[in-house]
Amino acid sequence: MFGVALKMLFRDRAKYAMLVCGLAFCSLLMTQQTSVFCGLMMWTTATIRNIGAPVWVMDAKVEQVNEVIPMRRIEVERVRSVPGVQWAVPLYLGIEQARLGDGSFQNIQLTGLDTGTLVGRPMKITAGRIEDLRLPDAVIIDQVGVEKFRSRGITLEVGTTFEINDKAARVVAICQSSRSFLGQPYVFTTYDRAMEYAKPQRKQLSFVLAEPQPGVSPEELVSRINLLRGVRAHTADALFWDTIWWYIRNTGIPISFGTVVILGVIVGIAIAGQTFYLFIYDNLRYLAALKAMGARMTTLTAMVLLQAFSVGFIGYGLGVGLTAWFGNAVLAKGQPPFFMPWQVPVFVAVVIVFICSFSAVIGLIKVARLEPAVVFK
Amino acid sequence: MSAAPVETAVRVNGVVKSYGRGETRTLALKGASLEARFGELLMIVGPSGCGKTTLLSVICGTLDVDEGAIEVFGHDLAGMSTGAITKFRGENVGFIFQQFNLIPTLTAVENASVPLLLRGEPTRRAEARAAAVLGHMGLGGRERSYPRELSGGQQQRVAISRALVHEPRLIICDEPTASLDAATGQRTMELLKESALRPDRCVIVVTHDSRIFHFADRIAEMEDGRVVGVHLPKDFHHV
Repeated sequence: MFGVALKMLFRDRAKYAMLVCGLAFCSLLMTQQTSVFCGLMMWTTATIRNIGAPVWVMDAKVEQVNEVIPMRRIEVERVRSVPGVQWAVPLYLGIEQARLGDGSFQNIQLTGLDTGTLVGRPMKITAGRIEDLRLPDAVIIDQVGVEKFRSRGITLEVGTTFEINDKAARVVAICQSSRSFLGQPYVFTTYDRAMEYAKPQRKQLSFVLAEPQPGVSPEELVSRINLLRGVRAHTADALFWDTIWWYIRNTGIPISFGTVVILGVIVGIAIAGQTFYLFIYDNLRYLAALKAMGARMTTLTAMVLLQAFSVGFIGYGLGVGLTAWFGNAVLAKGQPPFFMPWQVPVFVAVVIVFICSFSAVIGLIKVARLEPAVVFK
Repeated sequence: MSAAPVETAVRVNGVVKSYGRGETRTLALKGASLEARFGELLMIVGPSGCGKTTLLSVICGTLDVDEGAIEVFGHDLAGMSTGAITKFRGENVGFIFQQFNLIPTLTAVENASVPLLLRGEPTRRAEARAAAVLGHMGLGGRERSYPRELSGGQQQRVAISRALVHEPRLIICDEPTASLDAATGQRTMELLKESALRPDRCVIVVTHDSRIFHFADRIAEMEDGRVVGVHLPKDFHHV
């Protein structure tokens, strides 16, 4: 009877199209908006991923990676003194102003790497050489910066010079890096040179990056460093989640996207539930005839569930497929806030299963109450 | 479930059936009794609201009774569970409805094969059997037509095919000619009698269409919830 159930569904083209479109739209809305939300959250953690250190040490009052409370330079030595530290290096992070050749300004995310080791250097260099970062006035700029300058008609390439806070900077390499939340290009240089570019302050150290010795886990090292007064250590993973939760708690982003996702669920329930109910209602007479002809309630239940989950599966596939296509299309044009981890389609699948179950239950209540004798009326 | 061989296919004895409760309670059957034999076409006739369709419904087990006994092929329907009655209906009863009740999104052959599919027959075998029955009904070549593409008479022939495809022993027909013109109604009844009636089968037809009374072997006359008489067709015209 499953074949009969599917024929009844697929050949009722208007309702079938309505059901599939409703569920596809609902899936698209939820998947796309959740992926954009995840993409935005990934932007907030770009620095963690660009630097890639296993343990981050910061002022004890810092709550997330984009919030910098400068520390004294001596904190590097204090961290190095903790048992189990393989190495510890300074990191400078600050938003500075770059002046371009045409006189216009651009905010940049200046990143000062340990001069000796260059720990935290960009992983993917697309032009130039990382070693040249030790040359005078040398900086590495990311592709986001190149694109931003290009949009203003300025071609940025290896050898191009510009100014950071009135001091000369020369591009020695171009790299790929994750886009920051506010969209400023990442400009990498050595820690010592970053101190020259940055506006003078009494304390200028943003973070201490550290790695545990073999046999010591990052978590264990974090708990040891946390015994020091005035600083707080995090594993990269913990800082990643602290940063995301900070943005969820302190910004309107989750409410904005959450509202759209809830709207998607409501639209899905309203369209799919109502249309499926109508579909069952229109077929009640035939379902009653099947009951009279000997169809058991279990058979009719299986038929209705198959119909509900078939449209759910097709609508979900279309919705998630369209979102993936949209994501690929926009990702090919830059770094939009779009990130679809496996949890997103799984979450949407669970919601679609709920919507289909809800729709099927509404229909099944009607079928269960159906007296086969109505066929004689 | 085993049952002793019987000569009477259907025995209805003192059946009472009411709808509603309290002050709105309406008695549809007030102690109706009736027997239908194997190999006969029994018509149940009477004015509107006399309880014909209710009697038909209790005979095929789609309605419970308040009082009385219903025995079909020796099985007491009142003593059977809902599941057992459903199974019994699926195996032993074929239905022909006034409005045909063909599923509009299924073709003629798919509609006709439904009783076999309900029994768990593979689709291919069920449709082959249904196509053969449709061919016998003069619908060869129209197997892949949807109900909307068929005339009323053709739709009723598909419905008859659906009622017969699983070789049931009891055929229940509710106003089979009500939606058809006179000529088509006559042809449909000829076809029904010719193809449905066998010595091991019983056909019960509820109708108020006097033009088809002559197809009956016997006619049960109902009035006010009771069977008030059973007549031969030739006698019934004179009642």
